[in-house]
Amino acid sequence: MAPLVEVQGLEKRFSVGGAWLSGRRRVIHAVDGVSFTIERGEVLGLVGESGCGKTTTGRLILRLIEPSAGRIRFEGHDLMALSPPRLWATRQRMQIVFQDPFASLNPRMRVGSIIAEPLAIYERAGATERRRQVSELLDVVGLDPAFAERYPHELSGGQRQRIGIAAALALRPSLIVADEPVSALDVSVQAQVLNLLMDLRRRFGLTYLFISHDLHVVLHMSDRVAVMYLGEIVEIGPRDALYHAPRHPYTQGLLSAAPVADPTLRRERIVPKGEVASPLAVPSGCRFHPRCPFVFARCRVERPRLRKLGAGHEAACHLNDRA
Amino acid sequence: MSVAAATLPVVARARRRVSFRAVFGLGVLLVIGGSAVFAPQLAPWDPARQMLLKRLRPPMWQERGLREHPLGTDHLGRDILSRILHGGRISLGVGLTAVTLSALIGVTLGLLAGFFGGRADAFIMRIVDVFLAIPYILLAMGVVFALGPSLLNVILVMGATRWVQFARIVRADVLSIREREFVAGARARGNRPLRLLLRHVLPNALTPIIVVATLELAFMIIYESALSFLGLGVQPPTPTWGWMLADGRNYVATAWWLATFPGLAIMLTVLAVNLLGDWLRDTLDPRLKV
Amino acid sequence: MALLSVEGLRTHFATSAGAVRAVDGVSFAIARGEVLGLVGESGCGKSVTSLSIMRLVPPPGRIVAGRIRLEGDNLLDKDAEAMRRVRGARIAMVFQEPMTSLNPVFTIGDQIAAAVLAHEGGRRRAAWDRAVEMLDHVQMPSPGERARDYPHQLSGGLRQRAMIALALAPGPQLLIADEPTTALDVTIQAQILDLLRRLQAERGMAVLLITHDLGVVAELCHRVAIIYAGRIVEMAPVARIFEEPLHPYTRGLLRCLPHPSRFGQPLSSIEGAPPDLRGADAGCRFAPRCPLAIASCRRDEPVLAERRPGHFVACPVVSV
Repeated sequence: MAPLVEVQGLEKRFSVGGAWLSGRRRVIHAVDGVSFTIERGEVLGLVGESGCGKTTTGRLILRLIEPSAGRIRFEGHDLMALSPPRLWATRQRMQIVFQDPFASLNPRMRVGSIIAEPLAIYERAGATERRRQVSELLDVVGLDPAFAERYPHELSGGQRQRIGIAAALALRPSLIVADEPVSALDVSVQAQVLNLLMDLRRRFGLTYLFISHDLHVVLHMSDRVAVMYLGEIVEIGPRDALYHAPRHPYTQGLLSAAPVADPTLRRERIVPKGEVASPLAVPSGCRFHPRCPFVFARCRVERPRLRKLGAGHEAACHLNDRA
Repeated sequence: MSVAAATLPVVARARRRVSFRAVFGLGVLLVIGGSAVFAPQLAPWDPARQMLLKRLRPPMWQERGLREHPLGTDHLGRDILSRILHGGRISLGVGLTAVTLSALIGVTLGLLAGFFGGRADAFIMRIVDVFLAIPYILLAMGVVFALGPSLLNVILVMGATRWVQFARIVRADVLSIREREFVAGARARGNRPLRLLLRHVLPNALTPIIVVATLELAFMIIYESALSFLGLGVQPPTPTWGWMLADGRNYVATAWWLATFPGLAIMLTVLAVNLLGDWLRDTLDPRLKV
Repeated sequence: MALLSVEGLRTHFATSAGAVRAVDGVSFAIARGEVLGLVGESGCGKSVTSLSIMRLVPPPGRIVAGRIRLEGDNLLDKDAEAMRRVRGARIAMVFQEPMTSLNPVFTIGDQIAAAVLAHEGGRRRAAWDRAVEMLDHVQMPSPGERARDYPHQLSGGLRQRAMIALALAPGPQLLIADEPTTALDVTIQAQILDLLRRLQAERGMAVLLITHDLGVVAELCHRVAIIYAGRIVEMAPVARIFEEPLHPYTRGLLRCLPHPSRFGQPLSSIEGAPPDLRGADAGCRFAPRCPLAIASCRRDEPVLAERRPGHFVACPVVSV
């Protein structure tokens, strides 16, 4: 069965700085040649620190931002080749949930209207039927149907996040991009929302691209995980393989740096040196080399390619070539 | 990325009393608005009626004042109070119409510039710059000269020069609103640009529009008075506060009431509108909305 | 004698909707050289506690009861001038967002030098040198050059180092760190935590670490206090809290975190939501959400009692 999503060589360039008339424009490669697939029904986690391009990637595959280059196939169709009306129609099957529950809902609209709006736009149902579906969706995400009359500011962060999920579900999509869906929530609420997402996945056969900077949350939710650094995927593989046997120093660094609430789980400390490099000044060769504890000569010069290491496990590191 | 930053209890309305500004502003406006609307009923005299035998009578509390002319009469024997009441109709009426016109133009252009960006934005903003660079009185003079002074032309001129205030504010607000996640979410759920603009962006840009509109009303009143004072506005015998000021100019030393009362009327109205606008701006401040 | 002793602290906020009891009877002590973690979710009162210690609670908040003793002196008895001398010199604070807590119009070197001058006097040249020395101490690369930078020119991690240098320059005995790494990338967070650990050990400085992240606590703290709805519900050495959490809230918190042993399985969570801090509710504030609650829980306010050596719990129900 063909993958639900296939991304190849995805790139997004932003030009930065320099006003209209001054000469200086620099280019940031927020996403610089990213390729991956997402199988139907799986959860692919995308993890990385600030500036790595994960959020941009999420929006690119939905074409909410226009890619500068690359190919995106969704359900077998080339997204870049779709005419605007066909793209608009396709949006029904690919939705997004955002990070900030305070900013992701229109403060001037009632909750019920927010959820019903896509149904109205795509003419899926008449007014009565829409109301019924809104109640059903609120119930599905664990909220009382009476919430439909409330405004977002009357609800807590966790409740707002559930509304965002309900709105994303309204059109019965096959793919949901979850962009840091729990990062702004308290830990106890976070657990509830994560459970909800897992439950919905089972019930509706959803496929997720789960984006987060929180490594443990990503590992918890995902079947496979891709690690991004400065616009590239540096490692990708099944969750357990990545957790137990990471093959890229950055992944190892992330795993060792992520605080875990269990003193018995101490990892060897491989904390990367220095700062996360600025996307404006991308290092030569391997982008991670200035921070890498295992750097050697080749790393400074040659950009490593993703290499297969095992079942679905790939990493872009020259160290893996030496073996 | 910050989770659960220090949450201090929301300081909800630390002030307990109702705002003086709101009460004063609204109260004065209601009085003025009411008297403007009901001027024909309230005014004791026809404002254009010249009673030359009673010219330059002072207000009734002074010697030589007459009870039937509480605020005195002008150089043509016209009742000042009646002229102020009727003048209020013009000033407020023109002001409101002009604000509406300039809001319509300004908000539309501001929305388009802010939302679509790119060349539309650059083009509109250059026009805004041009309008801002030209002193509005000169512009008004030019237009009125060309088209002739009349009530309609005054409104048109005022509306067509002040729209830039709305455009700039709305554009700035739209620029930040369109980056907010709920807009991206709405796009993902099928909103096309026009619907996105009208249904999602505009309602969230209302706050500054309301505030600017209120403050612009104050400005329009002064603007109209200035135009009338210069002889460019509404023509006599229609009384406007600006005209009354112009007429009274020559009598400041001898018959102070000719210019003073219209001046006070302008000042009070503008003060009330400004206070109301300030209060609105503070109340509608999103920081107080959770 | 403990370095800092907080006894029965109550800080309330007077709002038009009633008094919000943000901190409602908090007591703990920090020994010299010890790192105490204060852990809770949003709105639990942990930040207000730290602000109360510094007496920087913004109006309409007020400390309404309790004592805060620094080496025996009650800070709440001090006048404004005396308190100013305490802040910076004896207790320093580091915040979550260095961008807003560093003055954007002065270089970081100037800010640190100013702190040195304010607390120790001396010459400007010497103060500047001390500033550079402090930056070096916090492992700022090229400290001499960085000292001439403005806050916005530095990345998040470097700004946080500058913030720490600024806080430590006068040599305080106690550092209050309020979510110092929450806004940072995780690899930078690890560096800053390593730095804090090292500095703390070298200087024998006590630290009150405020955080929502139990993982950070595991990395840095000697003891930890769990705070819920303005009250401390459990306090113990770090190893004990993870080995044997006793309070139902603590257990709930730990169980809802993703853990490698249960990746992919549904997480347990805590029912309900935190209480409205305006309520004049009697009894245990966690009772409405507590799986172990009995009738008396809603009536009697639980008291922090030592159930194991050094391990305090405010819950009569938990069997020991």
